[in-house]
Amino acid sequence: MIRIENVSKSFTLHNQGGAVIPVMEGASLTVAPGECVALTGDSGAGKSTLMRMIHGNYLTASGRILVGETDVARAEPREILALRRDTLGYVSQFLRVVPRVPTRDVVAEPLLAVGTDRATAQARAEALLTRLNIPQTLWSLSPTTFSGGEQQRVNIARGFAHDFPAMLLDEPTASLDATNRETVLRLIEEAKARGAAIIGIFHDAEARARVADREIDVSAFTPARAA
Amino acid sequence: MTPLLSARSIAKFYGTRIGCTDVSFDLYPGEVLGIVGESGSGKSTLLNCLAGHLAPDTGEILFDTRTDGPRDTLRMSEAERRMLSRTDWAFVHQNPRDGLRMGVSAGGNVGERLMAVGARHYGNIRAEATDWLGRVEITDDRLDDRPSDFSGGMQQRLQIARNLVTGPRLVFMDEPTGGLDVSVQARLLDLLRGLVREMGLSAIIVTHDLAVVRLLAHRLMVMKSGHVVEQGLTDQVLDDPQHAYTQLLVSSILQV
Amino acid sequence: MSDYNFAYLDEQTKRMIRRALLKAVAVPGYQVPFASREMPMPYGWGTGGVQVTAACLTPDDTLKVIDQGADDTTNAVSIRKFFEKTAQVATTEQTRAASVIQTRHRIPEEPLTADQILVYQVPIPEPLRFLEPRETETRRMHALEEYGLMHVKLYEDIARHGHIATSYAYPVKVEGRYVMDPSPIPKFDNPKLETAALQLFGAGREQRIYAIPPHTRVVSLDFEDHPFEASKADHPCDLCGARHTYLDEVITDDAGGRMFVCSDTDYCAQRRAEGHRGRLSPQEDAA
Repeated sequence: MIRIENVSKSFTLHNQGGAVIPVMEGASLTVAPGECVALTGDSGAGKSTLMRMIHGNYLTASGRILVGETDVARAEPREILALRRDTLGYVSQFLRVVPRVPTRDVVAEPLLAVGTDRATAQARAEALLTRLNIPQTLWSLSPTTFSGGEQQRVNIARGFAHDFPAMLLDEPTASLDATNRETVLRLIEEAKARGAAIIGIFHDAEARARVADREIDVSAFTPARAA
Repeated sequence: MTPLLSARSIAKFYGTRIGCTDVSFDLYPGEVLGIVGESGSGKSTLLNCLAGHLAPDTGEILFDTRTDGPRDTLRMSEAERRMLSRTDWAFVHQNPRDGLRMGVSAGGNVGERLMAVGARHYGNIRAEATDWLGRVEITDDRLDDRPSDFSGGMQQRLQIARNLVTGPRLVFMDEPTGGLDVSVQARLLDLLRGLVREMGLSAIIVTHDLAVVRLLAHRLMVMKSGHVVEQGLTDQVLDDPQHAYTQLLVSSILQV
Repeated sequence: MSDYNFAYLDEQTKRMIRRALLKAVAVPGYQVPFASREMPMPYGWGTGGVQVTAACLTPDDTLKVIDQGADDTTNAVSIRKFFEKTAQVATTEQTRAASVIQTRHRIPEEPLTADQILVYQVPIPEPLRFLEPRETETRRMHALEEYGLMHVKLYEDIARHGHIATSYAYPVKVEGRYVMDPSPIPKFDNPKLETAALQLFGAGREQRIYAIPPHTRVVSLDFEDHPFEASKADHPCDLCGARHTYLDEVITDDAGGRMFVCSDTDYCAQRRAEGHRGRLSPQEDAA
C-alpha cells in the first residue's frame, strides 16, 4: 500500500547564508495493507520528516513515495489533495482547525469531504467522541479552547472518522491517560483489521510493541553529518 | 478534467514598472487558490487582471464557459465579459463599500444580481434574498435595512451573499477578511469554507494573511516584485518553503 | 420685423439640434448629446424644451405650451410669449389646434395625432442616475443593456412602501431596447407615450436630446407580481365631472377644504363647454 524507494531530502536555509542541510538519504520501506510499521530513531533522526514527506507536507528531493497509485514525490497539488481526502489519513500531534467550528463538525468533516451524508457523518463523529470520552456538553463548542489532552483526542477522532486505506500516526498516544490510550490502541487495531496500512511514531514503547508489526530505525537514512 | 480557469503568461506593466509578469497556472473546479505576498508584490494587479478589471499586456485567460467550453476572456466582447462577471464570476472586495450599494437595502443588494439576469418576480427575488441572508447569518428582520446600518462583519457577509446568489462557479476575493476584528474574521472564514464546499466553488483569494490561506486555500502562489516565486500545496509551501522570500515570509509570522 | 433670428436661435445652432434630433429619432430612447446653448431664461425653466421647439418650428406652425397641463401658468405663458415674439408663430391653448406642443410634466388628455409634435422639458434625462452617479458607467450600462439596476429601484419601492411608489418619471423601456426617463410626467400618462405623434425630449442643463418616434412600443417597467398601474386620485373632476383624467388637488381654505380638478385646463374647459358638470360647478350653469 505504501512503498518508499530511495528517498532523499535536504533543507536549504536561504536566510542563514544558504546553508544546505541534508536530512535524509536512501530511505526505503514498504507497508502492506493491514500492517503497522513503527518508525524509530533518536529525536532529530527524521521520523517526523519522513512522515511529512509521505503526507506531501514536505517536498521530496529524489526517489519515489507511492501511496496506492500516487507518487507523492511527483504529484500535482490536486492529486495530493485527492489522496489525502480519499486514501491517506494523518493524525498529527497538533489540532489545526477553523476557530468557532463545533467539535462535532470538526470530526465529521473528513466524512463530508468524501461525500457521506450529514446525518451519517455526524452520527459517526458522535460515536467516536463518545468512545474517546469527550463529554457531550463539549460537542457543540469549538475545540480551540479545549485542554491539550482533549484536543489530541478530538484530533484522533477526526483522523479515524473516515476509514482510510493508509494512515500516518504521529504520537497518537502522547499525553493520554490509560483509558483513552487503550481506546486509541483499539482504534489502531481495528484499522489494521480492516486492512489499513499504517506508519506510526510511538515514543510509548509498550504501545509500539502492541500495535506495530515491524520497526524501522530511520537513523539508517540519516546522511553522514560530515557531508 | 478541464481546468475552470487557465492563466497563461499573464503580464501587466505600469510603464516600465512591473505589475506582474510571467504568471501561469491552472485552477480546477472546487479548488481554492491563495495568492500571498507583501504590499506591492503584484498580487492585486494579478487578481484584477484575472477578474477582467485590468487588461493585461500579454497572456491568455481561458475560462471554461458553461455553453462554449474554454474561452479566452481577454478576447471576449465587453458585454460577454460583464455577463460572466454577474453570473459565473463573483468578486468580493476588501472594503464592502466597494462591493455593495450602500443606499440600497440588504434585500435589494442581494436581489440586484438576480434582477440583472432577468428575475422579474418580486416575491421570488425577496424569498431568495431572505434565504441568502440566512445562509450568511443575517436575520430576516434586517432584510430592508441599509448596509450603512450594518457592522463591518455583517457588511462583508452581505457582500458575500450578494455575490453568491446567482450560483457563480468562480469567486475572486481581495483580502476578504482584511479590516475585520479577529473574532469576526474567524466567523467569516468558517462561513466561506462551508460555502466553498457546499457549492463546489472555485476561488482565488488574495491576502497577506498566511493564517487565512492555511485555512481556506488548497494551493498557494507566493508573489514578490511581480513574479511568482513559489507555488504548491498550501501546507507544503508554508511548512517546507523552498524560496528565500517564502522562508522569510513564513518565519516573519508572529507566534501567538 | 423682429430683431431676432427666427425662433431666437441662429441657423447653425438649429441645424446642430436637428442633427441630434434625427439621431434621437433613429435610435428611440437613446440620449444624444448636443451643444446646449445659453438661453434667456434660467436652467430648470425649460431651456432644453425651448431649444428643441425652436429647432422644430416653422412659420406656419401653431404652438401650444403647457406647464403641469395648464396653459396659464407663469412658465407656460412666458415660453408662449417668447415664441410669439421671436418667431411670430400662431399660438393656441387648444390641444387639437396645435401643431407643436411644448410641455412640462404632462401629456395632454386628448389623443395626439400624426401631424403633431410633443416637446418635453427634461430636468434629468438619465433614469439610472439615482442609483449610479457615474455618467461613464451609466452610458456603458445603456450600451450593454444592463438594466438590472432599474428594477432595484422598483424593488426598493415595494420593500419600503408595499407597492411601487414611484408616481412620476416612471421608467420605461423603448422599443425593447433603451430604458428611458419619460421626464417627470405622472405615471398616469405613461400609457399615452405610445402615440401617433412625434415625441421629442430636451434636457438643456444636461445637454441631452432623446425621442420616441410615432407608434413606438413603450413599456413601463414592473414586476410580474407587482404590475404597472397608471394611478390617479380616486375622484371625479370637481369642475367637469371627468373620471378618466389626471387631477390636481387644490387646497381651498385652511379648514381642510379641497377640490380636485383636471390638470389639463384646455381639456376641462372643453368638457364644460360641452355641458359636463362637476361637484363644484356654478349652479347657474347647471340650471
